[in-house]
Amino acid sequence: MNFDFSDDQKQMRDAARKFLSEQCPPKAVRAVLDGKAAYDKELWKGLAEMGFLGVAIPEQFGGAGAGHLELCVIAEEMGRAIAPVPFSSTVYLAAEALLIAGSDAQKQKWLPKIAAGEAIGTLALFEGAGNPSPKAIKCTASGGTLNGVKKPVPDGALADFAVVAARTGSTGRDSDISLFLVDLKAGGVEVKELTNLDPTRGQAEFTFKNCKAEPLGAAGEGWGVITQVLDRAAVLLAFEQVGGADRALEMGRDYALDRIAFGRPIGSFQAIKHMLADMYVSATLARSNCYYGAWALSTNAAELPEAAAASRISATQAFQHCAKNNIQVHGGMGFTWEFDCHMYYRRANATALTLGSLSYWEDVLIDRMRKKNAA
Amino acid sequence: MNFDDTPQEAAFRAEAKAWIAANAPRQYEEDLRKASLGRTVIKGANLLEVAKAWQKKKADAGWACLHWPKEYGGRGASPIERVIWQQEEGPFGNLSRVFIIGHGMCGPTMMGFAGEEQKRKYLPPLASGEKIWCQLFSEPAGGSDVAGLRTRAEKKGDEWIVNGQKIWTSGAHYSDYGILLTRTDPTVPKHKGLTMFFLDMKSPGVEVRPIKQASGQSDFNEVYFNDVRIPDSQRLGAVGDGWNVSLTTLMNERMSIGAGVATGFPELFEFCNSLMLEDGPAIEDRNVRSKLASWAVKVSGLKYTSMRTISALSRGERPGPENSIGKLVAASMIQDVAMYALDLQGAAGVFSGPEDAEVAGKFQAMLLRAPGTRVEGGTDEIMRNIIAERVLGLPGDIRVDKDVPFNQIPTKGRA
Repeated sequence: MNFDFSDDQKQMRDAARKFLSEQCPPKAVRAVLDGKAAYDKELWKGLAEMGFLGVAIPEQFGGAGAGHLELCVIAEEMGRAIAPVPFSSTVYLAAEALLIAGSDAQKQKWLPKIAAGEAIGTLALFEGAGNPSPKAIKCTASGGTLNGVKKPVPDGALADFAVVAARTGSTGRDSDISLFLVDLKAGGVEVKELTNLDPTRGQAEFTFKNCKAEPLGAAGEGWGVITQVLDRAAVLLAFEQVGGADRALEMGRDYALDRIAFGRPIGSFQAIKHMLADMYVSATLARSNCYYGAWALSTNAAELPEAAAASRISATQAFQHCAKNNIQVHGGMGFTWEFDCHMYYRRANATALTLGSLSYWEDVLIDRMRKKNAA
Repeated sequence: MNFDDTPQEAAFRAEAKAWIAANAPRQYEEDLRKASLGRTVIKGANLLEVAKAWQKKKADAGWACLHWPKEYGGRGASPIERVIWQQEEGPFGNLSRVFIIGHGMCGPTMMGFAGEEQKRKYLPPLASGEKIWCQLFSEPAGGSDVAGLRTRAEKKGDEWIVNGQKIWTSGAHYSDYGILLTRTDPTVPKHKGLTMFFLDMKSPGVEVRPIKQASGQSDFNEVYFNDVRIPDSQRLGAVGDGWNVSLTTLMNERMSIGAGVATGFPELFEFCNSLMLEDGPAIEDRNVRSKLASWAVKVSGLKYTSMRTISALSRGERPGPENSIGKLVAASMIQDVAMYALDLQGAAGVFSGPEDAEVAGKFQAMLLRAPGTRVEGGTDEIMRNIIAERVLGLPGDIRVDKDVPFNQIPTKGRA
């Protein structure tokens, strides 16, 4: 047993941290937050040049073919830097869906472009309020055309293509759902940017009107693919959350050491120390759950569904907890636009909702544990 | 990153599995599997005797204190092998509880500070469970502030004369030996005037009085010392260096990882699977699921944190104080779990007669034992201080008694 990343993977993490600390300082996040750009194009280009966008994409499709453990360490750094780029939608959702269900031609068309930073992709799943469920999908597909409305679509306004879940049957079963690949630049879809909690990560609404779409994977097998994609993305996004939680904890710790009140650093008061200790505890539990998730993801283990849900829940809780209490440690200053605390608070709470909410994943976890127990 | 055994680990596992299958006391397996915090009952036998017999059998075959050197009764095994053993030992590991203090804390302290002859004499019977050891640190006036202890040891010739009182000594009532932290110089600041010894618990002047806990049970004791004589040869470390010696003990406590901390979760999960609420099985209720999931990820988080520690150990790294999170998380969790399990039973949660013992009784026992878990071996608050100071690097508390001679520190009777 060796329950840790390899030295090579740790080196890659260090390289990613160094790159992001130089190319993605808080100032760069703020530029997007303040609406000066929709995303950080220079950073996106740099990520492609570093080979980070295609790290888990096989070499035959233009990637580095390194693997998912490598992608996990990069994800952690992306979360730590709260990078304002469409990384999770393109790499965790679109690329994973293509890898699972795409034909050779579809992979050949999009994956090299993703790796090169030339195409942004996303997954159009949700249709308004609610959590992932085949019943919630009203968008229809027939005769190669899509009709219906999808929202929120992560990074939808930036995307060049989308994987779209649509209804192709009405039996009330999962097999009613099929997946489609849509070239968003080819017309037939109206894209509207939506204002959202975390402006550094865009959300959009897609309205399909007889939009041309090609099937992705076999008809009627869409929901199975969606489930796999969500599980894989849950682990990867959990690494982003763990990175964000760690950074929020560090910010709180550093401020507590620096800020003097009542004649002493506020970090010498037990009320503050214990709050930070509890943040460390949740960040550590989340990290450990995520390591297990990384193992399950990289080996495509039978344990992945349960590990993914546990990673997701634990990391969501940890990032929310650390981001929230980081503001508390900062006192009034933590509540200003000027300090960076709120950027982590926004990211923590917005990320908690993508891929389905905390209560959704709690339900999923217990369902999966129960089935395993019964088996 | 992998969970696969290496060929050597697989061979070790196979050997351990085969030996356990052939030798474990199977007649108690069911009872031991059902054991939970505050409730380990084996029918028709004395738990201590069964535990001692199993430990001796293991020792004779070379399966006791696996990570200890062979000459002291161990096997010289690697950290991973130790974990493999624990996995294979399964419910029979519950029989090791009475030896935890001796094996986890007293043994390593003896290894670090006793003479070679003493180590060869005292450690093998400690490993084999023939002799049980306890740890005599806490006092009525020194719990979290253990360096504030007052039990005096005064040198007379080649002996030390000990007077005072210890409290919260686990297992003192069945212990043969103990390690004892005393004050040998009250005129210097508190951390500097301490000295560590080991002693025979049957020494004249040692009196053990069990404490009846809030749970009604008696796991702990008060231990009184009246002119107890300890030979200077049983001193561990230098005179006045007892604080550093005790830190070794406590650090080893943190290294006794992998044993797994009780969280109450497996019991609760099983319970929710069988409990019927008005609208169906409890496990199908969204609120129940949400609670269970939050606890489930703590349990898995602790499990994988411990695996990360083991991986670090096997690379030769020393585990740090980050291991403090195990007890901190598990102790308050088991308390919450017990309360929730009772809550789910509504008014019936109060029953504790023998006919209800399997359901309400188990969680009531947990409920009543859990407050102690949050205190023993370092309170939740001390654990948070350790994490804040030693992991996060925050300043220590301001200590008004730090540089004051011990006998001038204000106390309740001496303000």
